[in-house]
Amino acid sequence: MSSPDGGDGSRATRGAVGAPVVRKDATAKILGQARYVDDLVYPGMLYGGTVRTRSAGGTIERIEFGAGFDWSSFVVVSAADIPGVNATQMIEQDQPVLAAERFRHVAEPVLLLAHPDHGLLREALAAVTLHERPHPAPVFSIDDALALRGEVCPGNVFRDYLMSRGDLAAGEASADVVFEGRFETGAQEHVYIEPQGMIAHVDGGGVLVVEGSMQCPYYVLGTLTAVTGRDAGSVRVVHCTTGGGFGGKEEYPSHIAAHAALLSLKAGGRPVKLVYDRAEDMLATPKRHPSRTLVRIGARRDGRLAFLDIDFALDGGAYTTLSPVVLSRGVIHAPGPYACANARVRGRAVATSHPPNGAFRGFGAPQGIFAIEQAMDGLARELGMSPLELRRVNMLRPGDRSVPGQLIDETTDFDAVLDQALHESDYLARREACAAFNAANEAAGQPLRKGIGLSTFHHGAGFTGNGEVVLASEARVRADADGRVEVVASSSEMGQGNTTTLCQVVAGALGLPLERVTQAAVDTHDVPDSGPTVASRTCMVVGLIVEQAARRLRAELIEKAGLPAAADEAAFAAACARYLDGHPRLEAQARYEPPANIVWDEAVFEGSPYASYAWACYVAEVDIDITTCEIALSSFTAVQEIGRVVNPVIAAGQVEGGVVQGIGFALFEKVVRDENGAMANNRMTNYIIPTTADIPPVRVFFQEQPGGVGPSGAKGLGELPMDGPGPAILSAVNFALGTRIANLPVLPEDVMVALQSLPARQAA
Amino acid sequence: MNFARTLAFTLNGRALSGADGSIASPSMRLLDLLRLQAGQTGTKEGCGEGECGACAVLVDGEVVNSCLVPVGQLHGCTVTSIEGLPRTDPLLEAFARAGATQCGICTPGMILAARALLDRRPDPSLDEVREALAGNLCRCTGYTRIYAAVLDAAAIPGRDA
Repeated sequence: MSSPDGGDGSRATRGAVGAPVVRKDATAKILGQARYVDDLVYPGMLYGGTVRTRSAGGTIERIEFGAGFDWSSFVVVSAADIPGVNATQMIEQDQPVLAAERFRHVAEPVLLLAHPDHGLLREALAAVTLHERPHPAPVFSIDDALALRGEVCPGNVFRDYLMSRGDLAAGEASADVVFEGRFETGAQEHVYIEPQGMIAHVDGGGVLVVEGSMQCPYYVLGTLTAVTGRDAGSVRVVHCTTGGGFGGKEEYPSHIAAHAALLSLKAGGRPVKLVYDRAEDMLATPKRHPSRTLVRIGARRDGRLAFLDIDFALDGGAYTTLSPVVLSRGVIHAPGPYACANARVRGRAVATSHPPNGAFRGFGAPQGIFAIEQAMDGLARELGMSPLELRRVNMLRPGDRSVPGQLIDETTDFDAVLDQALHESDYLARREACAAFNAANEAAGQPLRKGIGLSTFHHGAGFTGNGEVVLASEARVRADADGRVEVVASSSEMGQGNTTTLCQVVAGALGLPLERVTQAAVDTHDVPDSGPTVASRTCMVVGLIVEQAARRLRAELIEKAGLPAAADEAAFAAACARYLDGHPRLEAQARYEPPANIVWDEAVFEGSPYASYAWACYVAEVDIDITTCEIALSSFTAVQEIGRVVNPVIAAGQVEGGVVQGIGFALFEKVVRDENGAMANNRMTNYIIPTTADIPPVRVFFQEQPGGVGPSGAKGLGELPMDGPGPAILSAVNFALGTRIANLPVLPEDVMVALQSLPARQAA
Repeated sequence: MNFARTLAFTLNGRALSGADGSIASPSMRLLDLLRLQAGQTGTKEGCGEGECGACAVLVDGEVVNSCLVPVGQLHGCTVTSIEGLPRTDPLLEAFARAGATQCGICTPGMILAARALLDRRPDPSLDEVREALAGNLCRCTGYTRIYAAVLDAAAIPGRDA
């Protein structure tokens, strides 16, 4: 690790950028003192619950309230009680907060109940019957939707994008070898360990206050104002300690907040707690989009890519939600980190009768990267080259243009990333050892096989295209007369560590110890909109904004309060006190400013879709027992270049956690649907995520290059580690078995089927 | 009747009993007694069916999921939740230093499962740590830093064995 540079000459500052400081929320969380939404109890509080549809779309003909309940003791809310707009405020307004008559999917919310007795509420929810006339032709697959076998919305396509470069026909004509493949990935559930929930009440001043578990307080505010018809001054959204998000608390909290608010408003402002149990959370909330990717890829004999033709489709579920932007990120990442002069990617977000799919760490990129990485393996096989060599030949290097048209700058050194990954994993020797082990075991009739695989990829950080310009995020830094500093932003801690990293950036810019800087509570009546806490953008994009605000605060103190250029903590506090003697407050603001030379044409998908990319090479090793078909991950090496590492402990934790979610995506996690498209295994008992028994320590290595557009050159990191495990692991499995499995997750039954379809071996 | 009145156990050093009303009902889940009746919310509910370990506590030193335990089973037992763990426990500092907590919702249960392991095996191997924590799910960390924290806590000299 290079020496910490706090900026502004404060090199020695403890806790500035680069220091492995302990995260600020560690003690409260370790002692169990952090307060999550379900830990909050208010006098007179009611418990809320939701009645949901059971069919895969249709119409609600009648709502029947069962006998044996005093229904007058319940607060009951239906669509008719909505004072404002009955739609969550996302990209489109097609998704109702409560279905009134027509609905599109199972588990769609229709009716809300609240009661002081939680047990009685559960019984009452079960006593409400929705009489539904089911949709005659629901659609449960991408292929069926595109073939118009059934209709969810006209044409069954929410968005259709085309990204192209060069001349596909000419490229294909020049190809010596062509590989074609079809690749699929399944839905994935977030399984944040804290289920979703909100509490709403109306305070003494008539303000509707909604607090809970969320990533994007201003998204929630936007839906609440629209649904209630109130202005932002009479609605306040407060972020509670949030027990994991991973994208799962990006859009759905707006629904829960609206439901809790509607119940509270109908209950005269009494507090209403609406917290899902695990089964409801898994049943109702969005998943990672299932994908289907058709790849045609060709190369000349020397391995140089001649053309690349990709048809990428995501199952968006029944409403638009965030699918268009998940799709655009998927399309842009689908060509991988490779140079190809003649390429086309068509991407469609497809409507089906599933509950809507949505944001999940990686946001479309893992699906596209999975397909191109598997296709590269297939092409290598056709060429008689090693997968490593094919990647080496085609990887983007400085001076190249990516498929969208972005110039790769001189700070990119993907060869160095690849070389370190090969070295740390001992890839070449291990690959030979695996092959020798398998040959010997096969000859001896022993069941164990070993495999190794790698993936090479990059991930663009921040909102796609012009998204950051549109967001125009704002943040502030303020100080009191004792020199205590607060970061004031809506960026929400959900475990990823932004409270600590943003404070590190500000502490560095002000030359203060980290203890002097905290993040203000995220409350929309106090903090400006620094944008949603998504897209690997917080440290990189918001970090730069708070750093700019801190510099402005410092400049103000130098100019108006005689802050010396090299001030210690005491001198800083003294200057703050002098300043506040003559001013009502000490605060500086900054807003997002786009980096130079980053231009994106959304209409034709051309230009520079992201200001910074992190680059990575991941290597996985697996052991497979061909008798039981069980796959065990035996080692995982993750090497990445992320610009500047702001906090090495937090950064490594992000990679380790993302990698293990990727391992789950590859080897464990399968969403099973019933005949109505509902998640049938909506419990932790039968939706399996990795445990300690499954996961060896993940080996993480960082390279630092000066190229990031974030504070001190940082790049976004959070999503990157989700991209690489899937393709690396499947490559390892296919290498071990000689199979051509093309789908994730790969479970023992998939291995069994693949082994049965292999041609008989001599030694078998 | 009188089982409900004679029921008694110790929670974090405090005596609870049916007779004095500090145990409302023997059929209550230990998790609800902790969170709703005792107001000790460091124990979390992640799944309600004994899969995730967010509600793990120690009963006579054994790690159990409090969502599966009716308090009527606890007569004469000693229950320790995160609130009752001594602040000097080296696991607390080790978890902070290693970066073994992220969102924090699994952390109290994870620490108690680790405490049960270290009481049984003061110097565990990595494989023993992995086996002992396999009932506690974490979705943030990928476990790597949790392993490091537990091994680190075990290595602190002068720790009570």
